[in-house]
Amino acid sequence: MIDRIPIDAVGVQERVARLCTRSIKKESKLQALDLALRMMDLTTLEGSDSEGKVRQLCNKALHPYTELPNIPSVAAVCVYPNRVALAKSILKDSSISIASVATAFPSGMSSLQIKLDDVNYAVSEGADEIDMVISRGAFLSGEYARVYDEIAQIKEACGTAHLKVILETGELGSLENVRMASDLAMKAGADFIKTSTGKITPAATMPVVLVMLQAIRDFHVATGKKIGMKPAGGIRSSKQAIQYLVMVKETLGNDWLDPSLFRFGASSLANDVLMQWVKEKTGRYQSLNYFSND
Amino acid sequence: MSEKNSSVLPTQSKQTTVPIDWSYAEAPESISHVTFNKSYGLFINGSFTEYNENQSFESTNPANGECLYRCTEASESDVDAAVKAARTAFEGVWGNYSGTQRSHYLYRIARLLQERAREFAVLESMDGGKPIRESRDIDIPLAAAYFFYYAGWADKLSYAFPGKTPKPLGVCAQIIPWNFPLLMLAWKIAPALACGNTVVLKPAETTSLTALKFCELLQDVGLPDGVVNIVTGAAKTGEYLVQHPDIDKIAFTGSTEVGKVIQRSIAERQLPSTFELGGKGAFILFDDAALNEAVEGIVNAIFFNQGHVCCAGSRLLVQEGVAEKVIDLLKKRMQHLIVGDPLDKNTDIGAINSKEQLETIQRYVKTGIQEGATCFECSSSLPTSGYYFPPTILTGVSQSSSVVQEEIFGPVLTIQTFRTTDEAIEKANNTPYGLANGIWTDKGSKIFYVGSKLKSGVVWSNTYNKFDPTSPFGGYKESGKGREGGLSGLHAYVKLDNNGGVY
Repeated sequence: MIDRIPIDAVGVQERVARLCTRSIKKESKLQALDLALRMMDLTTLEGSDSEGKVRQLCNKALHPYTELPNIPSVAAVCVYPNRVALAKSILKDSSISIASVATAFPSGMSSLQIKLDDVNYAVSEGADEIDMVISRGAFLSGEYARVYDEIAQIKEACGTAHLKVILETGELGSLENVRMASDLAMKAGADFIKTSTGKITPAATMPVVLVMLQAIRDFHVATGKKIGMKPAGGIRSSKQAIQYLVMVKETLGNDWLDPSLFRFGASSLANDVLMQWVKEKTGRYQSLNYFSND
Repeated sequence: MSEKNSSVLPTQSKQTTVPIDWSYAEAPESISHVTFNKSYGLFINGSFTEYNENQSFESTNPANGECLYRCTEASESDVDAAVKAARTAFEGVWGNYSGTQRSHYLYRIARLLQERAREFAVLESMDGGKPIRESRDIDIPLAAAYFFYYAGWADKLSYAFPGKTPKPLGVCAQIIPWNFPLLMLAWKIAPALACGNTVVLKPAETTSLTALKFCELLQDVGLPDGVVNIVTGAAKTGEYLVQHPDIDKIAFTGSTEVGKVIQRSIAERQLPSTFELGGKGAFILFDDAALNEAVEGIVNAIFFNQGHVCCAGSRLLVQEGVAEKVIDLLKKRMQHLIVGDPLDKNTDIGAINSKEQLETIQRYVKTGIQEGATCFECSSSLPTSGYYFPPTILTGVSQSSSVVQEEIFGPVLTIQTFRTTDEAIEKANNTPYGLANGIWTDKGSKIFYVGSKLKSGVVWSNTYNKFDPTSPFGGYKESGKGREGGLSGLHAYVKLDNNGGVY
């Protein structure tokens, strides 16, 4: 069903290293920071997430930095299903989407029925986007058809909600597997493919994301469909975010430099981007104390 | 297996926006920290001679075609003075130094090169046109690495040749090309000095600047006078040097054509010599290779240093079944190559070294098209002044095409297909050259099988254009004789007590 495509990990790392030599300055840096902010899925996925925490995150999404009112807002907030309704009530009049993890996140260790119920619940609460996890155990034991069917059925359960498929690349063991899982997820109906839950180390890495972007490019050539990409976890600095944008541009082209096709799943990245943004606008660095922690 | 959802396009997120046209702003490397003279004399016996306007030539910055500095063209008597200084230094000082003493100087040179790396990188890019990314990340660090490596051998020569006593040859005449000016200088000077020889070196006439700056560095190091002498000039100066009766060794890197002339002229002299000449490397890409990484490899093989690389993988031999896909991927990749100001940190392809070389490349591509090739160029805009040529691929060529047979020395790749492994080997070997080839396959056994059949000094597998001081480098057939680098590189600069020299 899915071909195993040879990948040379050393070559991938060399390509990444070369991409990281790009020097992004002045107006292109400002453009990139602007983009990074607009592409952000502000995320809180802790067992201890209180209503207050989610409220705070949503307010941060609405008002990233009050000193500069024209600063762009983020793409989405990402929460657990039982916090979707609350987020919805705060963000309903904004352009910000509500993403919810589902399908027995983060391990995916449950029955398909429970996963589908999880998705249905999140959607009924008002989620615009569903971030599902694949069954890594099934994938690693070679049950590709099962993984495929699960994704396809969850996609159906999503209805009009956007489906992001988390591969949890930190558990897949090789870049070849990452590529194969990407191809599988896209064929099964993913709107986005996403690296990680953020619960496993390593989370998003540049070599992994490069391989996924190449899979997206080849899928586009073969089918004409544009699939989105979301690296999640481990991206904390603006510099890293800009390196990812360079990678997207030079692998997929400018078409993918849009929140509808690329997202950052991150929590602490926002403040660093804001700090750099303010610095580019005012020429001065502000103390981190001036940026609210969400 | 249900495919029912496959027709559903990704739903737009709530924020609908127009994709931005994101391009990289200029990111020029600062040149405020570098200094150089408007004119240079020759470096003979530890100091610079007076610049001689009457026998001088200019060196241009290929990025804008303007004069960067002027050099003195060494006359026969200048070359004679340089060789005499080298002889005196060899007999009076350097030849008597212990290996430990020599290594101290070489380590100092290496360390100082590292300290001044940024300065040398900027100068190299201004003088030769190569992108700062390469001079900063490859040329200069590697030049320092060669000095470090051979510094390590200087006091261990007796272990390099067990049972024999290595002795220096004497005065070495060294002629280097314009494609890697400082790196080629390091390849030549480091092993020569490590083995106890003294040197008269002639840089290429279009790229003398880093060699001349290197002389300042030697003065800072306190290298004894006359151990290294630099004579600038063109072919005539080279001829004086090669013909000089008191040299003990010739090391030449450059074109096969000039290499043959030199070999003819020294044929009667029993002079130890090493030659590193042209090439027409094949990049053999099998259908089971990691194609994305191979495409990146192709970019490194042919577009590195504007294709001014003797070991460049200038002929892509791709297995028929994946040819279309590879060419498509390569074309896509080429759209992201940036041709432009060598000093911009985002430049991938800098300026062609000289007007003459640019014309040569243009002529070859024209001939290729006349012979039936289809030409594809990268879309990057070219600067309006200076010498630039876009990365280019030529498809529809055959083994007999002149662009396949002859070395172009520019960012031009020819693409041929093959069906069987043996056909690939035959095509790769069917050239007068034999410097370097690359094999790309996921199968280890294939690498060893094909590698053992290729007639070339270097075979890279699943990578290309990798250099390391520990690794010997050199050619088969008309690509040269002798090896530089590694333990083999020492052979070229010593005579052994019982056989009077290896080469």
